[in-house]
Amino acid sequence: MLEYGFMQRALLAGLLLALAGGYLGVFVVQRRMAFLTDGLAHSAFGGVALALLLGWPPLLLALPGTFAVSLGIVALGRRTRLSNDTAIGVFFATSVALGIVLLSRKQGSTGDAMAYLFGSIVLIGPQELLLAAILFMATLALVPQWGRWALEGCDPELARTDGLRPERSEHVLAGALALVVVASVKLVGAVLAMAFLIVPAATARLWSRTLLGQTVGSVLLAVAAVVLGLWGSYRFDLPSGPAIVLAQAALFFVATIRPRSRGFRRHGDPLGAVGAADGTDG
Amino acid sequence: MNAIEVRGVTVASEVGTALDSVSLQVPAGAYVAIVGPNGSGKTTLLRCIAGLLRPTSGEVRVFGKDPSTDPPRCIGYVPQRKGLDLRFPALAIELVASGKIRRWPSRCSGELKEQALAALRTVGAEHLAWRSLSALSGGEVQRVYLARALIRKAKILLLDEPASGIDARGEETMLRVLDAIHQGRQTTILTVTHDLDLTIHHAESCLVLNRRVEFFGPSGDESLLEALGRSFGHGRHSHRGF
Repeated sequence: MLEYGFMQRALLAGLLLALAGGYLGVFVVQRRMAFLTDGLAHSAFGGVALALLLGWPPLLLALPGTFAVSLGIVALGRRTRLSNDTAIGVFFATSVALGIVLLSRKQGSTGDAMAYLFGSIVLIGPQELLLAAILFMATLALVPQWGRWALEGCDPELARTDGLRPERSEHVLAGALALVVVASVKLVGAVLAMAFLIVPAATARLWSRTLLGQTVGSVLLAVAAVVLGLWGSYRFDLPSGPAIVLAQAALFFVATIRPRSRGFRRHGDPLGAVGAADGTDG
Repeated sequence: MNAIEVRGVTVASEVGTALDSVSLQVPAGAYVAIVGPNGSGKTTLLRCIAGLLRPTSGEVRVFGKDPSTDPPRCIGYVPQRKGLDLRFPALAIELVASGKIRRWPSRCSGELKEQALAALRTVGAEHLAWRSLSALSGGEVQRVYLARALIRKAKILLLDEPASGIDARGEETMLRVLDAIHQGRQTTILTVTHDLDLTIHHAESCLVLNRRVEFFGPSGDESLLEALGRSFGHGRHSHRGF
């Protein structure tokens, strides 16, 4: 399948996105920011719709718009009594409603909007490939933050006593997520963009005892899903974006079949452990 | 030299005043037990000293520096209510090692591993080193946090109910460990406690807090009992579980 230029570009862009999403996804899962990525994906849809109405390149508005929304969500959650998921819900609903209203004003835009909702990785051009490369480089620049972000995620208060600033990192992470989401919109669509940031990292978590193991596993799984998904898309004539996400999902469900017992909490499930650290079950 | 200076510190919020014009000076090398009823500002005071909370008014100095703007590297803090995320995939030794390098270790090997194991051994928890944090009980997590505070050889230890979740034998061990650290390294220790019986035999000084300083002086001072009575609203205090 790699004899075709469009497949080469699709594979390269998918791999770059997998590396970025696989790495950042670990922090999304760890900090419970899954709903944020969903909110950002739908915010990107609002930006795309506005750009289509104005006749501008969609990513030109989606990128700054999603970035601004990510910072807005974090700021709203911090400065009001609203929880983060409530703030996300407000932006989520507003962006989708705005996108639909804007698209209703422009005839014949439904096909374009669908392309951005569900993606078209095999149709990407040099510009989108460049965007994916920029995204990868930006993520690479964030790799040295791994140790600090990890400590902040494990126990934010402890991290503060070590002189770290979890609030500042949250803004940087939210901004990076906005970048990944916008790039993903072109590759796999707004609806499925969040999958890149959640599914590989969640899969790796099921089998990891350490954060390093989860990080390496997440990146490798994301890469494997792109290769598998594109091969499946080519082999069985399936839409490429959803095929990649289905490959991610397949790996996830395989991982849930027999997770290592040592990755689990002694008396509970690995993703639902509560209470032991509050000194009540000594 | 004073390790900690608290000058007229008030911490107020919309729900009330946690600390009201609290002033005290803690000399370097002191071992202070902090007691007081629930909501008396014990944790708030420790958080101010650790630089986690900026006072509404007044100032805190740790070795002459403002901890809220210049986080002191000389403090080891064991919070009462852990912010620990039990979903976090981590081994106990990694959490301890993170106290030394102030970031999460990508791997624990060499000298860092040996130091982390030594800190865990000090608190009788070496056997927990390679266990997942999510598999530890509350008392075991408490020991790991204490080991994390010890690995950096802090000049000041701030312990917020360090014995919570630990059984009686473990508590005795922990108090002996604190004694050894205090005497061996001249570490300044401030520990919030509800167990005066045990602590009074280990701590040299006692701070009775009830939003204000009711008493701050030697543990053997006769006016301590009177201050406890005032703070807890009755003539005599019970030694365990205020």
